[in-house]
Amino acid sequence: MLELSILLPAILNGLTTGAVYALVALGLTLIYGVLHIINFAHGSLLMLALYLVFFLHALAGIDPYLALPIAVPAFFVIGYALQRLVIGRASHGKDENILLVTLGLSVVIENLALYLWRSDTRTIETPYSFDTVNLGVAFVPVPKVVAFFGALIVAGLLWLLMTRTDLGRAIRALAKERHGAKLVGINVDHVFAMSFGIGCACLGAAACLLLPGYYVSPQVGHSFVLVAFTVVVLGGMGSFIGALLGGLIIGVTESVGGLFLGESLGQLAIFVIFIAILLFRPTGLLGQKA
Amino acid sequence: MKSSKTPRLSRRRFVGGTAAAAAVAGFPAIVRAQSAPIKVGILHPVTGPLAPSGQQCRAGAIMAIEAINAAGGIASLRGAKLEAVLADAQSKPDVGAAEVEKLHEAGVAAIVGPFASGIALATTQAAAKHNLPHIVDVGVVDQVVTRGLTNTFRFGPGISRIVDVAIENLVTLNDQAGKPAKTVMIVHEESAFGTGMAKTLNDRLPGKGFEILETISHANPTRDFGNIALKVKGRNPDILIPSSYYNEFVLLSRTLRQQRIRPKAVYAILGGAASQYRFVKEFPEAAEYIMDCNHWFDARNPEALALKKKTEDKGLFYSYEVFLNHECVRLLADAIQRAASADRAAITKALAESNWSKHFMPYGPTKFVNGQNTGAAPVNTQILQGDIKVIFPANFANAKPVFPAPQG
Repeated sequence: MLELSILLPAILNGLTTGAVYALVALGLTLIYGVLHIINFAHGSLLMLALYLVFFLHALAGIDPYLALPIAVPAFFVIGYALQRLVIGRASHGKDENILLVTLGLSVVIENLALYLWRSDTRTIETPYSFDTVNLGVAFVPVPKVVAFFGALIVAGLLWLLMTRTDLGRAIRALAKERHGAKLVGINVDHVFAMSFGIGCACLGAAACLLLPGYYVSPQVGHSFVLVAFTVVVLGGMGSFIGALLGGLIIGVTESVGGLFLGESLGQLAIFVIFIAILLFRPTGLLGQKA
Repeated sequence: MKSSKTPRLSRRRFVGGTAAAAAVAGFPAIVRAQSAPIKVGILHPVTGPLAPSGQQCRAGAIMAIEAINAAGGIASLRGAKLEAVLADAQSKPDVGAAEVEKLHEAGVAAIVGPFASGIALATTQAAAKHNLPHIVDVGVVDQVVTRGLTNTFRFGPGISRIVDVAIENLVTLNDQAGKPAKTVMIVHEESAFGTGMAKTLNDRLPGKGFEILETISHANPTRDFGNIALKVKGRNPDILIPSSYYNEFVLLSRTLRQQRIRPKAVYAILGGAASQYRFVKEFPEAAEYIMDCNHWFDARNPEALALKKKTEDKGLFYSYEVFLNHECVRLLADAIQRAASADRAAITKALAESNWSKHFMPYGPTKFVNGQNTGAAPVNTQILQGDIKVIFPANFANAKPVFPAPQG
């Protein structure tokens, strides 16, 4: 079992899965880590994004990767609108309220999806769905390779956004010191909504990269949201590189754990590692000390 | 106060009324020309992960009801038609049980369904509370008929019988090829069906000279068999035995092919897609050489072939879900006919005494002992050159098995 011919593909599998976890977590870390908004609707929004990409393929024949220019802006707008019109208004600025509002939102979205599209699992077939990249030691499925590099690119873009643009500076300022930011003239509502929008745009990208190798059903968000939260806290709140690293670690842990312990117990390994890292480094891998 | 010299009931009216009453009393056939339709609950998981199978089941049941009604309905009840009351178990046992309650309230005479073993355990229990006869169309796990429920009747074979036949045929297959296979690996879905299958195999295979290297379970749905494929690769069994529902079986087969993993045989037992025309048509390379021990029709029976054509004309694949449900509805119609009643107790009694041979399954006349049709048995198939051939038993076979599968 410990032969390299089995272990190495498992690690590669884990890296590609982990990259997708990281992508989902990137959006969450922006929303959660920087804005302290606990977004319980993250999984449901991912599910909506997956449905969007699914229907674009099923009804309009658009390949999921080519749907990126549609899904990403669409979800940016959805996220912006949600924060500006629903969450921001309903929460009256209190963090506890936001938790409940996003939870309520997730229930509404999920049941709306259940009503509209039933609970069947839907998948898509693309010409490259089962093609593999032959790496000598392993055959890695093409969709997973694309997801891996896609996640890296998105992480890089986000980092550029946060460090090199005015918007990024405004977001970071708002996260550090809300009142101070207001005082220097930053439009709080607008910047909050932009952050939420960007977080949701990440989900749009994740959905395009995920669907060729995965499936969509109204309950698909559940499996991602828990892992995403784990990744965010593991990587350190507010750190994108941390979210990326955290995602990869969780992915590999899940894959190798599943190999040795069985699929269900493999999940246990994730949380054992999570607890271990938090015991020895409470701010997460790359989080700033409070 | 008006004095009523003219009585309210005039003589004309009285005579007319009497004549009408006499007509009604004397000619009941005119007024009650058609007996009330007999409601039959058709309960399947038409949504959720089991939807592909559930929808096939429902299609088969409805085709049978339409055919029976077109042929004149239930003769002993003056041509009463069967009326389908459709219900969706949503691939969940608790929803299935809730639907049984609704069907009971709708006044159904019997229930046919619900395809999945896990759901069947719940629905037969719920139906028993109302003494509602329940014909189980597939639901193979042994407990369906070992709980002493007198309302439950399973037309097709259960796991015990299927595994017996499968193992017997596997031994024969191996012997005929010079015993090239010794090691086995089992991959099964995690609900009642797959777990029951795995347990029975673990109990019986070692005694026949096969070593079970590992037994792996997977969830419904599973969309990534990468790790499981790696384990199969690592253990390198001679024979892989999968037991899953449709989607997962297809994905596992394709993943094995993608990863270039080729055991000497993929010998499925109730493999969810291993004897399905849809799988063979969509993914012929992944499907080639896969063997299955599963429900199958008597390919020599013209009625079975006529139904195959009818099904394919509707744009559906002729799968076991279709023909088993079709025959279960006909089994019910036969029972209602003999009971000459839509009363639940009468139907239950008629089913228990059933000796029906006008079906097209390779079973012989029906005989229910503790709810199990004792003649029911599976058949072994292999996918060869893009077609599903029967390889065992010899009297139904139309091809010779290819074993071991060519490596490469």
